Amino acid sequence: MLAYTDRIKEIARALLTDCRVELVIGFRKGTVPMMNEPCFINSPDEADQLVWDSNCGINLANYLANRTEKIGIVAKGCDSRNIATHIIENKIGRDQLFIIGVPCQGMIDRRKVNAMFDGEVREVVESDGLVTVRGADFEKSFEKSELLQQNCSVCTHRNPVIFDEMAADPVDEQQGVDRYADVREIEAMDPQQRWDAFEKLLAPCIRCYACRNACPLCYCPTCFVDEARPQWVGKSQNPVDVRTFHFLRAYHCAGRCTDCGACERACPVGINMRVFTKKLEKDCFESFGWEAGLSPDVRPPLDTYRPEDPDDFIK
Amino acid sequence: MEMIKIDKKDWNKGLDRSRKTYRLVGPVKRAGEDLAGFYELADKEHPDMGAADTVLSAKSVVYPQTEVMFRYTTDKNSPDCNRLKRPAADYSPRAVIGIRPYDAAAILMLKKNFDTPDYRDPYWCDAYEACTFVGLAVDAPSSTDFSTSTGSGPFSEKGLDVLLVDMAGHYLAKVLTDKGAAYMKAAGWQRAADAKAAAQQIEKKKKAAEALIVSSVSFDKIARKSILDLYKADFWDDVAFSCINCGTCTYVCPTCWCFDIQDESKGKTGVRYKNWDSCMYPLFSLHGSGHNPRGTKTMRARQRFMHKLKYFLDKYDDGIMCVGCGRCVRSCPVNIDIRRVCELMNRYGPDPDACAV
Ligand code: SF4
Ligand code: SF4
Ligand code: SF4
Ligand code: SF4
Repeated sequence: MLAYTDRIKEIARALLTDCRVELVIGFRKGTVPMMNEPCFINSPDEADQLVWDSNCGINLANYLANRTEKIGIVAKGCDSRNIATHIIENKIGRDQLFIIGVPCQGMIDRRKVNAMFDGEVREVVESDGLVTVRGADFEKSFEKSELLQQNCSVCTHRNPVIFDEMAADPVDEQQGVDRYADVREIEAMDPQQRWDAFEKLLAPCIRCYACRNACPLCYCPTCFVDEARPQWVGKSQNPVDVRTFHFLRAYHCAGRCTDCGACERACPVGINMRVFTKKLEKDCFESFGWEAGLSPDVRPPLDTYRPEDPDDFIK
Repeated sequence: MEMIKIDKKDWNKGLDRSRKTYRLVGPVKRAGEDLAGFYELADKEHPDMGAADTVLSAKSVVYPQTEVMFRYTTDKNSPDCNRLKRPAADYSPRAVIGIRPYDAAAILMLKKNFDTPDYRDPYWCDAYEACTFVGLAVDAPSSTDFSTSTGSGPFSEKGLDVLLVDMAGHYLAKVLTDKGAAYMKAAGWQRAADAKAAAQQIEKKKKAAEALIVSSVSFDKIARKSILDLYKADFWDDVAFSCINCGTCTYVCPTCWCFDIQDESKGKTGVRYKNWDSCMYPLFSLHGSGHNPRGTKTMRARQRFMHKLKYFLDKYDDGIMCVGCGRCVRSCPVNIDIRRVCELMNRYGPDPDACAV
């Protein structure tokens, strides 16, 4: 990780020294355990701020939409797929970007780690795949693989799909992972069980929309939930409106979601709303063999027509 | 001031006894598995007094996220046609058990907004008056707790009617108001503790808890800086860059008081609601004309910090609009840290204390 950080700093410094970009978007060290803060730097002497470790789960593609500068951006696998999606959707031009690719080995699930201990987690350090968690009166080490965000543990695109320079050699992609075990569990439920499961899942939602705002796909100038004329969705804590938000948001991400996990990570109350987007991701994969953002040159299935597209849903 | 000793074995019994005259509210886990919040306790349900702090503050006790203001009908056949009717709500006495001292201090801040000589928000005031706040002193402050530097603190009594101090086998209860005394009576906790010894024990625990606080903010210079200088400071783009304007910081905050008003109507009947709102949302300041005076996220992030750390300070001359609970620091998905921003603001520009030469 340290080597990654050094290399990212070097590349960023060189980009800014040679004026090849106006700013570099990356991470700086956070103020609480397991958190780094997205930041931009625009002079070579700021390059030393940049860090890389297993706490860079925020999807940096989220900071690109509609920017007009030439930008250097640090991108792990999922970020790069969302950058590709942005390029397809004309939210940023490929020629505006210098992508510093980071082969990723997964991000630590902060909520999971915090939940493992009764006392407050005060420090988390990693070295050589081992993560040590410390509190005022405890210390425990884990294999990093035990602490990964769920989406990272089933990720099959850890290496950036597009980049201009890599910060390290590619890592091996995970083989034989079952990406959709959780979705199948929900598919197997009868409608009432599924309804109850969704009710329970969404009960704590405070409608802050952090899940939406953390997502690079949600860049609409006015989201349907914020629209006032006509007002599609009520604004109170009425469960009908909360549900409407979640279901519609998921559909708006169909065929575009890369399962980067930014939404789940951002939620202050720990809702795994990824079950919705993942179901659509699975459908896209099964119906169209589609995985979002693997190339900036291929249009996604929901805005293209192919004669061989499955049509057995037409009865 | 009365000191009462409550044996832990009498704790649940006392709570249950008080239910005859009080509705109980306290920290419990509901909904999601790890979401503890302040909820009305069901019969037989008891507050989780050992848990770490709640993700959401206790403000919802007096200030729910969604609240109906009134209902109306325009149906000519109804006797209530064209009348705005406030729905019946239960304002019978409620005891808020286990509220943290900083959350109680925050409720006094909310009061500055909802109960003023000129305006009185009846919903807030009625709920507030119904409440008796039975606080629990914090023995093991989290690393993001900076309450001692905001005028609150782990053993602060501000806004409380009773302060409970956990002494392992029993609680020492410091009764601070008549409301507090009435609650203790209703719970049947009447065993007086040796006042002097209890005060000493509490003082000792207080010192120990305060010594465990590792985090602080200074705002001593902010009051003497000009609003415009701070407003135009060069750090706002850097502060705001990572912000996704999710408003989480303001929703989890015990002191944020902003709300939006919404009407929902169907046919001839309708409802008007108050819903929490946040200055972090573009919609918060969007004008009917389509113009948005706070059109960028830098402007919105700046508003939050300027309100909490400058406008409030200037307006009320009573500290910052933050009790240092650390919730926003813990919950912000991108790690924007008010402690860092406060420091930037306090240090910005010429030092008002510097000697003139
Ligand atoms: S981030 Fe969580 S609480 Fe906020 S709207 Fe999304 S699901 Fe609800
Ligand atoms: S919680 Fe953080 S990201 Fe969300 S609005 Fe507040 S400062 Fe911005
Ligand atoms: S601003 Fe943050 S630390 Fe201060 S009271 Fe609000 S949530 Fe707590
Ligand atoms: S910080 Fe923002 S949401 Fe909070 S009270 Fe001030 S204006 Fe309202």
